Amino acid sequence: MENQKRLDEFQAKIDAGIKIEPKDWMPDKYRQTLVRQMSQHAHSEVIGMQPEANWLTRAPSLRAKKILMAKIQDEGGHGLYLYCAAETLGVSRDQYIQWLHEGKSKYASVFNYPSPTWADMGAIGWLVDGAAIVNQVSLQRTSYGPYARAMVRICKEESFHQRQGYEIMAEMAKGTPEQKEMAQEALNRWWWPSLMMFGPHDKESSNSGQSMKWGIKLESNDDLRQQFIDKTIPQVELIGLEVPDKNAKLMPNGSYKTSDIDWDEFWNVIKGNGPCNSQRLKHHKKAHDDGAWVRAAAEAYGKKQMELVD
Amino acid sequence: MSTDNQGPVWEVFIQTKAGKPYRHVGAVHAYDKEMAMENARDLYTRRSEGTAIWLVKAEDIVASQPEDMGAFFEPSNDKPYRHPTFYVMPEGAKHI
Ligand SMILES: [Fe+2]
Ligand SMILES: [Fe+2]
Repeated sequence: MENQKRLDEFQAKIDAGIKIEPKDWMPDKYRQTLVRQMSQHAHSEVIGMQPEANWLTRAPSLRAKKILMAKIQDEGGHGLYLYCAAETLGVSRDQYIQWLHEGKSKYASVFNYPSPTWADMGAIGWLVDGAAIVNQVSLQRTSYGPYARAMVRICKEESFHQRQGYEIMAEMAKGTPEQKEMAQEALNRWWWPSLMMFGPHDKESSNSGQSMKWGIKLESNDDLRQQFIDKTIPQVELIGLEVPDKNAKLMPNGSYKTSDIDWDEFWNVIKGNGPCNSQRLKHHKKAHDDGAWVRAAAEAYGKKQMELVD
Repeated sequence: MSTDNQGPVWEVFIQTKAGKPYRHVGAVHAYDKEMAMENARDLYTRRSEGTAIWLVKAEDIVASQPEDMGAFFEPSNDKPYRHPTFYVMPEGAKHI
């Protein structure tokens, strides 16, 4: 069925900036790419609640606790927006979750790092959400309509996430020497994982070319990473912390040159050998299984309601 | 796990304020109307995005097919008299 004419028409639509909607014809590979990318994105939002939930009961003030709770709730919401959008591709939510549990579907590796101190809450909001924002702002123009619309909603909510994180870091950076050190250590821990969030170099990114051609992806991994670096380094300096990269250097064009990423670590964490990979997945499975009786009860109740109506 | 069930999908429409049209914002899973309403409120109106919600079970929506696009939505270019620009007004006519 996928004759050249259909493919050409599809490409012409993409090139004309016309969004693809769920019922429109699309190449199998386009659908598969979206199934993979959108479910990975949805899982990341949900798994990303875990490192932050770690500090919920130990937040240093009621204000901090309320903020953290609101942020975590947003992330759960982002997961739901994305699952709904991903379901329009004809895959059920149960299926997506099953793939996650079976290890067939991935989530952002950055959430496989631990959050040992309160300052990690600052670093995660500032850097991890900050990196996610750069990526998501770009994805607001992605070619699949439901995905693009979910991104618009998500981007509206993200800036509070980043700002609350930076506020934590700024406060700690001007606190006692111990607090400042704690902030610096959290920055050191999250700096490289955040830069890795943008994925491998363009030349090593196998799907990049086709994704760009189909408008799923609009900017390359390296370009997005550079945008993030250029925004973030001045923020590091402003609050008196140090960029954990001795080679970071401002270039005459206003952009920063940095050391290369430790790609062995990157691939190692993707392969499942990060500090928290098994813990994150185990926890997700447990929460899902623990909720099984609630879903069963709700389903039975829903059926009964329908019978009453009939 | 494949026997698990997240409940049917409900499409969510929100009116940002009185007088504005309802706009599709996304979907929720829920097992009945009440739960669908609570889920939609929790998910789509955390920041005063709206003051009213419509919910429609996704399976109840009747939608046109993309294949129909050409013929079904033919812009009726052969019926230009449907547009105000078709008509010749006398020179100097105002407010019309
Ligand atoms: Fe998010
Ligand atoms: Fe976020």
